[in-house]
Amino acid sequence: MALTETEVVAGIGNEYKYGFHDPEDYFFKSGRGLSPELVAAISEHKNEPDWMRKFRLKSLEYFQARPLPAWGGDLTGIDFDNIFYYIRPTEKQANSWEDLPPDIKNTWDKLGIPEAEKKYLAGVGAQYESEVVYHKLKEDLESQGVLFLDMDSGLREHEELVKEYFGKIIPQNDNKFAALNSAVWSGGSFIYVPPGVKVEMPLQAYFRINAENMGQFERTLIIVDEGAYVHYVEGCTAPVYSSDSLHSAVVEIIVKPGARCRYTTIQNWSNNVYNLVTKRAVAYENATMEWVDANLGSKLTMKYPAIWLMGEGAHGEVLSIAFGGKDQHLDAGGKAVHYAPHTSSIITSKSISKNGGRASYRGLLEVAKGAVGAKSKVVCDALILDEDSRSDTYPYIRIDESDVDIGHEATVSKIGEEQLFYLMSRGLSEAEASAMVVSGFVEPITKELPLEYAVEMNRLIQLQMEGSVG
Amino acid sequence: MALLELRDLRVSLEDGTEIVKGVDLAVSPGEIHALMGPNGSGKSSLAYALMGHPAYEITGGEALFDGQDISDMGADERAQAGLFLAFQYPHAIPGVTVTSFLRSAINAIRKARNAGEDDPIPIPEFRKEMLGAMEDLKIPRELAQRYLNDGFSGGEKKRVEILQMAMLKPRVAVLDETDSGLDIDALRIVAQGVRELVGPETGALVITHYQRILNHVKPDFVHVFVDGRIVEEGGPELAHKLEAEGYEAFLPEGAEA
Repeated sequence: MALTETEVVAGIGNEYKYGFHDPEDYFFKSGRGLSPELVAAISEHKNEPDWMRKFRLKSLEYFQARPLPAWGGDLTGIDFDNIFYYIRPTEKQANSWEDLPPDIKNTWDKLGIPEAEKKYLAGVGAQYESEVVYHKLKEDLESQGVLFLDMDSGLREHEELVKEYFGKIIPQNDNKFAALNSAVWSGGSFIYVPPGVKVEMPLQAYFRINAENMGQFERTLIIVDEGAYVHYVEGCTAPVYSSDSLHSAVVEIIVKPGARCRYTTIQNWSNNVYNLVTKRAVAYENATMEWVDANLGSKLTMKYPAIWLMGEGAHGEVLSIAFGGKDQHLDAGGKAVHYAPHTSSIITSKSISKNGGRASYRGLLEVAKGAVGAKSKVVCDALILDEDSRSDTYPYIRIDESDVDIGHEATVSKIGEEQLFYLMSRGLSEAEASAMVVSGFVEPITKELPLEYAVEMNRLIQLQMEGSVG
Repeated sequence: MALLELRDLRVSLEDGTEIVKGVDLAVSPGEIHALMGPNGSGKSSLAYALMGHPAYEITGGEALFDGQDISDMGADERAQAGLFLAFQYPHAIPGVTVTSFLRSAINAIRKARNAGEDDPIPIPEFRKEMLGAMEDLKIPRELAQRYLNDGFSGGEKKRVEILQMAMLKPRVAVLDETDSGLDIDALRIVAQGVRELVGPETGALVITHYQRILNHVKPDFVHVFVDGRIVEEGGPELAHKLEAEGYEAFLPEGAEA
């Protein structure tokens, strides 16, 4: 096809009627590159309100004006002209498992989604390509007034609520990749939990990249109203493709007074994916925000879940795991910004590097003038598995208030020959022994994961140690 | 036939220093052997070499387990074959509970004995065995959920070594100075663990500097080990003689025990 992506999107308008065929048979596949015309066409195709179209176009300007970050990882391998910014594999969303196209179902079967759902899912949002195609909300959630939709539907059905918060926690010009996401976002989750409602079971979404040179720009907005509670879980896995993919999400979370939100991620992108994600939450009076963020895959990850503690007594925690194997660079960590008195934060980071991989902790701790009695503890531990691998720590600390209690600890260790020998003398193979040491190292974080994810996490570590995955 | 048989065994460090200089020793089922020697005589090096520590190389002679030469086997394969070493200084594995570690080790050995096919121990059976063994060894239950050797006292570490031995059911257990740093009650419990293990199909080699554990373990054979060699052998009476007279009589002239 000779058409550009822009022309194709513009040409189909809202009239696209074809169904899903197979993963490589999208309704368009030619045409790459980014332009105001493409952004406008995306907005048009989605039938968005004018303010969103303008927001996207302005964001594109910001994206194009900003240089690539010179810190963190090497981003020069991203060819922005060679990425699809908007692809949609199927026309409309399915409401039940049976409605899903068989091909998508097969893919998800491999990921174990139906089992997971049977066991304890409260709702499933699964993203295949750029658009959420399957979304289900259990009736009990609906009856409690909890909204759990894909972001596009959220915008259509709850425009006022979305407009109030969208792009407010992470401004469109926050950084180059947040600007890119703001311009071309598609899919992601929209969650609203009404005051006092405690969602007992974790809400889960699965994301997946499935096409070469495929960009994923999902956008998630979570609003937890006063005294409410929700735990959102996202897990990612993707097959390996030969050329590079870009995943650049934006996640904004508002935790209102007395509310609590936990956001858990297991990221296991294939080793050709650039994973450049901006995640930020604001926590008001006596609210609690927790990020549990496990990063195993990708070629390069740059991700630092942030918590802005805006109300007195707010509490934030970041638990971060980064596992950098061969040809991987994981630059992960967390940020806590104390803007109110008697706020507290804990950042715990565990990074592992192996087979020449690189894992870094990068974190920010900031206490503003007037945030008296702020308490913060940062613990970052690194485990290096061989001589070729690398670990770095970049802790940034800015304290403008004297009445604070700040602690920072960092350790670097290697798996000792003696430790391995001890375990092997009990019958464990070298790979099993190494996996056991690594699993133990990250245990303070895996024990915070839902059981199924903890099991999956340990299995992934075993596979990594056996060398049977990248 | 002896289960563990050493024939003129020689062991060197990576830098070529010879530490074990020709040892002959045979441990048969039902036997408890004591290897006694002063500090620095090479006792622990012999134990490490038997278990397959990569820093200790067998440079001469033979080490046979159940008739099979083990010198090219990894530590894991030796353990799977039925050899066990109770460490003098057990290592901490943070984040891995005693329970989870024991279950993994048992399952690794069961798998090896089941032609490489998984054959996990049923959890109720495992629990019952573990709790029973912990009670015998007077190990408080809460220890099972703590991380292996992480922050354990010296006595707790040693008892957990014996717990591992009881659970893994080796055919030959080598105990490397398990008695050091133990109070008399702990010593008695450890000795009882060894006596319970040893039977018609299993034997033990107790390495020690002091005679006192031997009052409880009651070895059948005592070997005096000095400067990489066995210099004297006998029955339990030899241990008493050593206790009374010290190692001086066996040392090269001018050396101190």
